[in-house]
Amino acid sequence: MNNKYDEKRAAARSRALRVTTYILLGVWAVIVLFPYYWMVLTSVKSFGAYSSEYVPQFFTLQPTLQNYRDAFSMVPLDRYFVNSLIFTVVTTALMLVVIVPAAFAFARLEFKGKNVAFALFLSLMMIPNELVIITNYVTITNWGMRNTFAGLILPSVTSVFYIYLLRENFAQIPDELYNAAKVDGTSDFKYLTRVMIPICKPTIITIIILKVIECWNSYVWPRLVTTDPNYFLVSNGIQEIRQNGFGRENIPAMMAAVVVVSAPLIVLFLVFRNKIMSGVSRGGIKG
Amino acid sequence: MKVVLKNLTKKFPGRDRKSEGVTAVNNFCFEIPDGKLIGLLGPSGCGKSTALNLISGLLKPTEGRIFFGNDDVTDLPPELRGVGLVFQNYALYPHLTVRENIRFPLENLKGDDRPSKEEMERRVQEAAKLVQIEKLLDRKPSEMSGGQQQRVAIARAVVKMPRVLLLDEPLSNLDARLRLQTREEIRRIQRETGITTVFVTHDQEEAMSISDLIVVMKDGVIHQIDKPQTVYDDPANLFVARFLGTPPIDVFDGRVESGWLYIGDDAVLSIQGVSDRPVWVGVRPEGFALDPNGPLECGLVGVEVMGRDSTVIATHPAFDGVNIRAIIPAEQAKDVGGGRVRFSVKPFKTHIFDRADESRLRFEVK
Amino acid sequence: MERNDNNLKAWLYLLPAILFLGVFMVYPLIDVFIYSFEEGYNSASQTFFGVGLYNYAYVLHDPYFLQALKNTFILVIITVPVSTALALLISVGLNSISTLKNLFQTVYFLPYVTNTLAVGLVFMILFKPTAYSDGLVNQLIKAFGGAPVDFIEGPYWAKMFVLCFYTVWAVMPFKVLILTSALASVNPDYYNAAKVDGTSPFRIFRKITLPMISPMIFYLVITGFIGAFKAYSDAVALFGTNLNAAEMNTIVGYVYDMLYGDSGGYPSFASAAAIILFAIVLTITCINLSVSKKHVHY
Repeated sequence: MNNKYDEKRAAARSRALRVTTYILLGVWAVIVLFPYYWMVLTSVKSFGAYSSEYVPQFFTLQPTLQNYRDAFSMVPLDRYFVNSLIFTVVTTALMLVVIVPAAFAFARLEFKGKNVAFALFLSLMMIPNELVIITNYVTITNWGMRNTFAGLILPSVTSVFYIYLLRENFAQIPDELYNAAKVDGTSDFKYLTRVMIPICKPTIITIIILKVIECWNSYVWPRLVTTDPNYFLVSNGIQEIRQNGFGRENIPAMMAAVVVVSAPLIVLFLVFRNKIMSGVSRGGIKG
Repeated sequence: MKVVLKNLTKKFPGRDRKSEGVTAVNNFCFEIPDGKLIGLLGPSGCGKSTALNLISGLLKPTEGRIFFGNDDVTDLPPELRGVGLVFQNYALYPHLTVRENIRFPLENLKGDDRPSKEEMERRVQEAAKLVQIEKLLDRKPSEMSGGQQQRVAIARAVVKMPRVLLLDEPLSNLDARLRLQTREEIRRIQRETGITTVFVTHDQEEAMSISDLIVVMKDGVIHQIDKPQTVYDDPANLFVARFLGTPPIDVFDGRVESGWLYIGDDAVLSIQGVSDRPVWVGVRPEGFALDPNGPLECGLVGVEVMGRDSTVIATHPAFDGVNIRAIIPAEQAKDVGGGRVRFSVKPFKTHIFDRADESRLRFEVK
Repeated sequence: MERNDNNLKAWLYLLPAILFLGVFMVYPLIDVFIYSFEEGYNSASQTFFGVGLYNYAYVLHDPYFLQALKNTFILVIITVPVSTALALLISVGLNSISTLKNLFQTVYFLPYVTNTLAVGLVFMILFKPTAYSDGLVNQLIKAFGGAPVDFIEGPYWAKMFVLCFYTVWAVMPFKVLILTSALASVNPDYYNAAKVDGTSPFRIFRKITLPMISPMIFYLVITGFIGAFKAYSDAVALFGTNLNAAEMNTIVGYVYDMLYGDSGGYPSFASAAAIILFAIVLTITCINLSVSKKHVHY
């Protein structure tokens, strides 16, 4: 008898715990999602309707795409977009050209000074960007590269962390594979391109995705080196829109711009969800 | 292709200036006859893999020369030596199919050596047929069993028709049943192709069963080179005697004194040819014979039945170890009992070794 | 394995990385120290008067810097514990369910891939009263009988609240992800063993789960501190680029303002401020590490 009573109570308690858990998770999901909802919602409200709402409405019955047209016509949003695209693609491609051979040298080749060089590389990981950005700003200014893509891209190319991540992955490939390839007369370069890169493709893709996110969202460096709106990236574009673009009042158009800017990465994320999440948790870094 | 090693030595430097280096291979001199399979046998860390890597060219010797036939290949890089190498963990490229794996070495050939596409495919098929995996050519290595993967590795090693085939512990990652099967396979493939083959292993049974010649080595030094049965029956020293045979040889504290071989205080054999001295006496487990009047009196621990034979487990004060294991025919086992057991020893299964340098002392029975 | 030409070849493979890192990391690192000691540096003429600690003294007496220092410390002290505790709570919740788990995980991770500036604008319009409306948050406050506040241009505490709220919102995805995978990697045998012994769920959490994931928690605290000390773009997103006027500047913001913009052109002051920031972060990290050594169980 007693047992049955206890069992019932335990079941009730676990059910209560379960419900509480779902409520907690649900509330946080709402807090996370609400800004996105509000962003999209506002972007399809007409300017007139939005402005006349004394009490904000949680949905609209007359969605309009006019704000998106405004966003592209009133500020050069398309230019910001293309600039970000160029910046992201070129920076990521250059990064690969730089980090893959370096990771390969550290993982696979034996040479004098390797340990010292690698230790120096690792110690660079601790240097915060804020410390070096000052001189980089001066360097780029002196080179006359402000308001150029070269000035935007060059200091953003390397990441010691990605070299480290890739080296660790390369180093996991058994030595036997290298020896087998050597005996068969495979050159180091061919071994890198035909064996190591294909095997480490998942890590390389992870690094590419993380770098793309980083590039697309980068704000501080572009803000420093670009004053010409022709070279603004999306982040600077948004800031520009906010401060000068539509005037502070045209919030629906502003939200349309924000949706356009945020969408590519959200789509990328939804497509590569597992790769990105496992990559971030493995990399253990905040972009 | 005959392979000759002359005074081959490989020293590895120490980690820093203070620690001493290691001599992994010390003054190797031997000749592998054309078309033979030799087993390089020794405990782990004895330098056998280093020796193999010297032959393959992955390592450069500190001293000495290596000849393939009449060619001195010592200074040639691995790809110019024409060797095939098979690894313990197969070392297949995980992202390539079996076909692409086997074809990989052919694609590295340059200029006139490079076969046409059709020729490559033909040779891949031939190699696959040799190791009997022609139906698996489109699989990835991860979709195959360990035994199949090792066959692919062998196919990849032989596809370019190497002058010498080198196998580095090729069976160690396989389970017992597959190991037996693959061992026979390797033997068959070697016979069919006639490629001079070096097979590295720490498993004496494996080496015995497969090799034409066994090289027993320890700490970088060769202890004996002989036919498998000879190495077992006629060991050069105590290490070789102990290393070969399961269960291992039983070793006793003994001495030679005025024409008698003593184990402890028991005079077991009347011998000549060895002067009086303290010795180690090794008796193969099958070298004991139950004998009510035998000279060797032992305490009885128990009898293990194994079907065809039985193992008598016994103790003796002069035994170098815990328990003596003696193998006797199963039908005699019923006679054993009562806490004591007496043995005589068979002279040709008994070896004596110098106490100081552990070298074999040959004797004759009087 | 042993070729002599390897030396040259290896350095060739490293050359691009060495060039980039040398020019954009190693040289700047040395340079920033030099800048910070060069007094009266003029970026137009590239001349300076003398060498000394004046730049540091100036920065440490600059009211804008002190404001930024205060803001940054408040931000750190509030957001790091709040976000870590909240992330732990959510991760434990996530780990205890199976239905909808993937959906929740995906949703929670969204802010990680979203442009900080973009969502910052949304937060701004949510919190900001406009000429026409009080903004959504103020509507809610009024609905519960409170008085509306201007969170973006109003009192200091309100602005700080929004900044902290947004910062927590933005750092949660990373923490939830790390803690969820840490929790999932605890060997279930421990839980089973504890359940067989009749251990209560709360005790299991305190005595088994927490110690097992304590390395990750400390890792998050350390990286959280570092990240929060470097806060900047969140503040820009909410309050615009003129952070000094909004009293919402951060140390990093101060560095950039000194370098560039309306109040810019002083790389020496910027360098001094950056090095002060680096010293603070380094000190806090060392303290964190020594504390974690005492308390982290592996």
